[in-house]
Amino acid sequence: MMVKKVATAILSYILSVSCYAASEVGVPLLDADVDVSNTVSLQRGARLFVNYCVSCHSAEYMRYNRMAEDLGLDPELVKDNLMFAADKIGDTMTIAMRSDDSEQWFGVKPPDLSVIARSKGVNYLYSFLNGFYLDSTRPTGVNNIYYPNTAMPHVLWDLQGFAQKTDDGQIFVPEDSHGDMTVIEYQQATRDLVTFLDYLGEPAKLVRYKIGFWVISFLLVLFVITCLLRREYWRDVH
Amino acid sequence: MSKVVKNLTDLRDWVDARFPLMQLWNEHVGQYYAPKNFNFWYYFGVLSLVVLVIQIVTGIWLVMNYKPDAEFAFASVEYIMRDVDWGWLIRYMHSTGASFFFIVIYLHMFRGIMYGSYRKPRELIWVLGMCLYLALMAEAFFGYLLPWGQMSYWGAQVIISLFGAIPLVGETLSLWIRGDYVVSDITLNRFFAFHVIALPFAIAGLVLLHILALHHVGSNNPDGIDIKANKDPAGKPLDGIPFHPYYTIKDAPAIVGLLILMSVVIFFAPEMGGYFLEHNNFVPADPLKTPEHIAPVWYFTPFYSILRANTINFFMVPAKLWGVIFMGLGTMAFFLLPWLDRGKVRSIRYRGWIYKTALSIFVVSFLILGYLGLLPPTPGRTAVAQVCTILYFLFFLLMPFYTKWDKTKPVPERVT
Repeated sequence: MMVKKVATAILSYILSVSCYAASEVGVPLLDADVDVSNTVSLQRGARLFVNYCVSCHSAEYMRYNRMAEDLGLDPELVKDNLMFAADKIGDTMTIAMRSDDSEQWFGVKPPDLSVIARSKGVNYLYSFLNGFYLDSTRPTGVNNIYYPNTAMPHVLWDLQGFAQKTDDGQIFVPEDSHGDMTVIEYQQATRDLVTFLDYLGEPAKLVRYKIGFWVISFLLVLFVITCLLRREYWRDVH
Repeated sequence: MSKVVKNLTDLRDWVDARFPLMQLWNEHVGQYYAPKNFNFWYYFGVLSLVVLVIQIVTGIWLVMNYKPDAEFAFASVEYIMRDVDWGWLIRYMHSTGASFFFIVIYLHMFRGIMYGSYRKPRELIWVLGMCLYLALMAEAFFGYLLPWGQMSYWGAQVIISLFGAIPLVGETLSLWIRGDYVVSDITLNRFFAFHVIALPFAIAGLVLLHILALHHVGSNNPDGIDIKANKDPAGKPLDGIPFHPYYTIKDAPAIVGLLILMSVVIFFAPEMGGYFLEHNNFVPADPLKTPEHIAPVWYFTPFYSILRANTINFFMVPAKLWGVIFMGLGTMAFFLLPWLDRGKVRSIRYRGWIYKTALSIFVVSFLILGYLGLLPPTPGRTAVAQVCTILYFLFFLLMPFYTKWDKTKPVPERVT
C-alpha cells in the first residue's frame, strides 16, 4: 500500500503542472496544499460550506446524498445538520435566493460553486478566502487583494476577524480584532473549505487515482506479456 | 473440442461461399506483405485507428446522456461527470482521446514526410490522409462546442467570424454557418449533428479508402525501397512478411503502451494542466461576457498563430483576410507535398544535409507556432510568429529546389 501511495503522490505531483500561478491582478497566489483523500478535512470543509456558502451560492450539480456517501457521513446526520436549503437527501445544492434579487443586492449573481475549483483553481480560492482586508471605501466594508473590488462580503469574518493590509500589500490580523479562530486555525479552516470545493468540482477525484493505479498496473503486466509474445513470434524474421 | 472447430470451419465455409471472406482476410491481413523493417514511427497508423475506435465507442455512450440544448448542455456534461455510473471515465476517455488523436496523427504525418511515404505511387494515400486530417480538425472543432463552456462558445465565435473576412459573401457565409447572429442554441444543434453523424461517417469512409489505397500499392518503409522489386519464385516479396501474425503481434505492445499513456492522463491529469481541458471551459457559456484570452486547444495553435501573425494590410487586402488565407494555405500546403518533392530518394536516410536542415527548421517553427498560439500575443511574440510563419511556408515553397539540389546517398537494393 505504501508503494501505491508513493506512486500516486509522485504521479499526481508530476502531472499537476498547472497554469494558474498568479491571480488575474498578478499577485502571487498562496499554496492551498489540499488533499482530497483526507476525509476529515473534507467533512470539516463540508460543514463550513453548507453553513457559510450555500445561502448565496448554489452547487446545483451536487447532490446531498452523494456528498454523504463520498464523505462517509450518515444520511440522517446530513439531513439534520447539513441540509438547510433542501428537503430531500437526493436534492441538489440549490438556494432559495432568486438571481434577480441577488443581482440587485450584490451587483452580480453569486456564481454557482459546483465546478469553481476547476475554473479558478484551488490556490486562487484559498488565496481569495485569505485575502480580505478592511476597506471603508467598499460597500461591504472589505476588499480583497486577490480580487480587487470583489462584490462578495467577508462572510467568514466571525472566524477570521478583520484583517488589515500593510503598505507593502501584506495581510495581517491585529491582536485585538481576532475572530473565533487564531491565524493558524483560520488557515486550516479555509484549507478544509477549499479541499471540499476541490472535491465538489470533481467527486470522481476520490476514486480515479485508486482505479487508475490498478488499470495502469494491469496494462503494465499486459505490456510485458505482449512484448514477450512479440519476441517469440519475430524469432524467425531476419 | 474438435467438433466445435469443425462447426466453426463449416460456418466459415458457408459464409465464404456467399461472401469473399477469406479473400478479404488474405488480401488485407493474412497475406498482406508488409516490409519487415518497420520502426517505431510505423506504429502511429494503427494507433490512430485505436483512438478512432475509442472515440466512437465513448462517443456513443456520451450521446446517451448529453443534451444538445444551450439550456442544458453544460449541466448535462456535469450530470455525466457526477450522476451517470462511470460517466466521468467515459467523458475523460473521450476528451483525452481527442488530444491523443492529434498527437498520433501529427506523428503519423511526420513519419510520412520523413520517409517520403507520399511519393509516387502513394500520392493518393497521402491526399486521402490529408482529407482525413481536415475532417478530424472539423470533428474536433464541432465537438469542442458541445460542453458549452466559455471556451467552447467563444472559440466557435472567433473561428466562425473568420469566414466574415471573405470579401462580399463573408458576412452572409458566417451567418449561414451559425444559423443565427451569434453562436446560439441553433449553432449548438447543427454542430452536434455534424459531430455525431456527418463527420464520423466521413472519417470512417475516408479511413477505409486510405487503407484500401495503401493495400493496393503496398506500404513504404524507412528505407523508401520498393519491396515488390525483389520477389521469391512464389511471388512473395523477399523483404516482406505477412501482416498477420507479425504486425498484429508487433502492434500489440504499442497499443498497450498507448493505453498506458492515455490512462496516466485519464486517471491522474485529465485536464493536463489546462491543455486538454481548458480551465475557462468550466464556466458556462455566456454570450455577454467575452473572455480576456481566447485560446484554441493545443492541436490548433500552430495555425492560430499563423492567423494572428498577419498584422499588415497589403495589396488592398486587410490583415484579417491575409490571416485567414495563410491559415488556410498552411493546412492545405501538405496536399501538395507529393508534387513539390523532386528528390531522387524517398527516405530521409538517404537524403543530404539540405533536406534534413529544411525539415528540422520546419518542425521547429511548427512547434514554436504551436507554443505561441497558446499565449496571449505581445509585439515580441508576434514578431517571432511572423518569422516562423515565413519559415513554415518556405519549407513548401522552396521544396522543389532544395530537394533537387540536395546531395543524396545511394539507396541499397534491399531493406536494412
